[in-house]
Amino acid sequence: MRCLTKILPPLTLSLLSTGMLWNQAMAETAYVSNEKDDTISIINLDTLEVTGTINVGERPRGIIFSHDKTRLYICASDSDTVQVMDLKDNRIIAQLPSGEDPEQFALHPDDRHLYIANENDAVVTVVDVKTQEVISQIDVGVEPEGMAVSPDGRWALSTSETTNMVHWIDTRTHEVVDNTLVDQRPRHVEFNKDGSIVWASSEIGGTVSIIDVSNRQISHKLNFQIRGIHPDKIQPVGIKLTDDGKYAFVALGPANHVAVVDAKTYEVLDYLLVGRRVWHMEFNSDQSRLLTTNGISGDVSVIDINRMKVIKSIKVGRYPWGIRIKP
Amino acid sequence: MTLRDALICFNGLLQRELLRFVQQRSRFFSALVRPLLWLVVFASGFRAALGIAIIEPYETYITYEVYIVPGLCAMIILFNGMQSSLSMVYDREMGSMRVLLVSPMPRPFLLLSKLMATSLISLLQVYGFLIIAWLWGVEAPVTGYLTALPAFLLVAMMLSAIGLFISARIRQLENFAGVMNFVIFPMFFLSSALYPLWKMREASEWLYWICAWNPFSHGVELIRFALYQQVNGQALSIVIAVTLVASILAVRGFQPQQGMGKR
Repeated sequence: MRCLTKILPPLTLSLLSTGMLWNQAMAETAYVSNEKDDTISIINLDTLEVTGTINVGERPRGIIFSHDKTRLYICASDSDTVQVMDLKDNRIIAQLPSGEDPEQFALHPDDRHLYIANENDAVVTVVDVKTQEVISQIDVGVEPEGMAVSPDGRWALSTSETTNMVHWIDTRTHEVVDNTLVDQRPRHVEFNKDGSIVWASSEIGGTVSIIDVSNRQISHKLNFQIRGIHPDKIQPVGIKLTDDGKYAFVALGPANHVAVVDAKTYEVLDYLLVGRRVWHMEFNSDQSRLLTTNGISGDVSVIDINRMKVIKSIKVGRYPWGIRIKP
Repeated sequence: MTLRDALICFNGLLQRELLRFVQQRSRFFSALVRPLLWLVVFASGFRAALGIAIIEPYETYITYEVYIVPGLCAMIILFNGMQSSLSMVYDREMGSMRVLLVSPMPRPFLLLSKLMATSLISLLQVYGFLIIAWLWGVEAPVTGYLTALPAFLLVAMMLSAIGLFISARIRQLENFAGVMNFVIFPMFFLSSALYPLWKMREASEWLYWICAWNPFSHGVELIRFALYQQVNGQALSIVIAVTLVASILAVRGFQPQQGMGKR
């Protein structure tokens, strides 16, 4: 009996702490770049609380994981570099060359080539993350911002805000082979899961163009109207598509709403109220939740996709911009 | 007074209130139409007005319609409580109240039973309104509808007690219109029912303080928090305190030697 009383407390403690560690290890984690604070906020998706803040380079905007989710690439725009963060200990382990003012980027399915939009230089820089060298710079339109690589790795798309075009870059030759004219100030492009369709948002035009990849032509155009909100404030930016092809979510910037769109019929189903100037979004691993970065209000809103309700807004740093979720 | 006597008496009063509620269908519908007009017409115009700051107990940004619902529930309770309590003036003039007050039951028990019966009737109207609000797309968490029940009851008791206290001091039925103008409307408009207190403070500091001192504001906040499964300690203590003070004053007002018996 005495032996038991000696053993039980440490055993219980160790079991408890193992449970806690297991819980922490199991929890999904969101990484949010805070443009004005030069930091990354870390959110535990079980508790929906900020668990840490990491200092990074100046003006962090676009962020993306390596495919094995062990590293986070960060566009540190004012530091003119892409930083590489080791997610084991959240330490910056490398600075990749990126060209001037990197804002958004996309990682090729080969997990090796980063396609980076350099807004000030009107080029897309291709960086090999293994050799840490620039392997190509491709001239595109004025003020490139949105970047996406097709799931099969064939196409890299860049949107130029002033030229109002989606540029089609052949990833084998690193040359622009075609352009699709869209509405004013295109900010973001997103491929669907099988890579047959591209959604491109136009911030000032207030529209989202649906582009057929096979002929690179616009097949549909979405418009948005929100009761009580002036049309000028409806400025689509971020887009996310569910893997099952049912829904598309469009962040409407200063309209402070996310549009829920039927991805098959292109009908707008609902508008969800989130924080001020909603910018980019990300799903959790089972796509039951969507998190949005709200720049001006400095928070991240959490949408429950099954109920199509915003369940919480979590305060992060100033001007949250990019967001990624690690399972 | 045995428990059985008390139950028979309370049951009698409750049935009388229920009967009055069922017979006066127009009162039930007007009690529903009033808040629905606020919700559908007024709140729709201000739909995006409050999407700028997160306030407790909400965990995210809300539309004005969501904000206004607890205030409209309290509005139903306010109008119902005041109308029922003030109907005592009518009862007193027509004699039924005199009959009631000569019963052998203790007078405080009679009046508190009357308060409780009125409050239970208010609950029917509030839940009727919440169902329509839900159909309109304004939802609270499911369990919130249950956790709000004690808050509704407490607020109803507070407002009925205030109503009883006032009715003890009204000499004639005609004064009811005055009560509407000088009690019900100011109580509703000078509260957090329509706008959060920080908005009031932006408009004027003295307006803010009037709203902050208004017990109705605390009733609204108690309901708002309870609908989201939270307890607002400050609001709860103020509502309990005001209910106790108003009940004591109301009972004193109905003592024959001090209140209506003198008239």
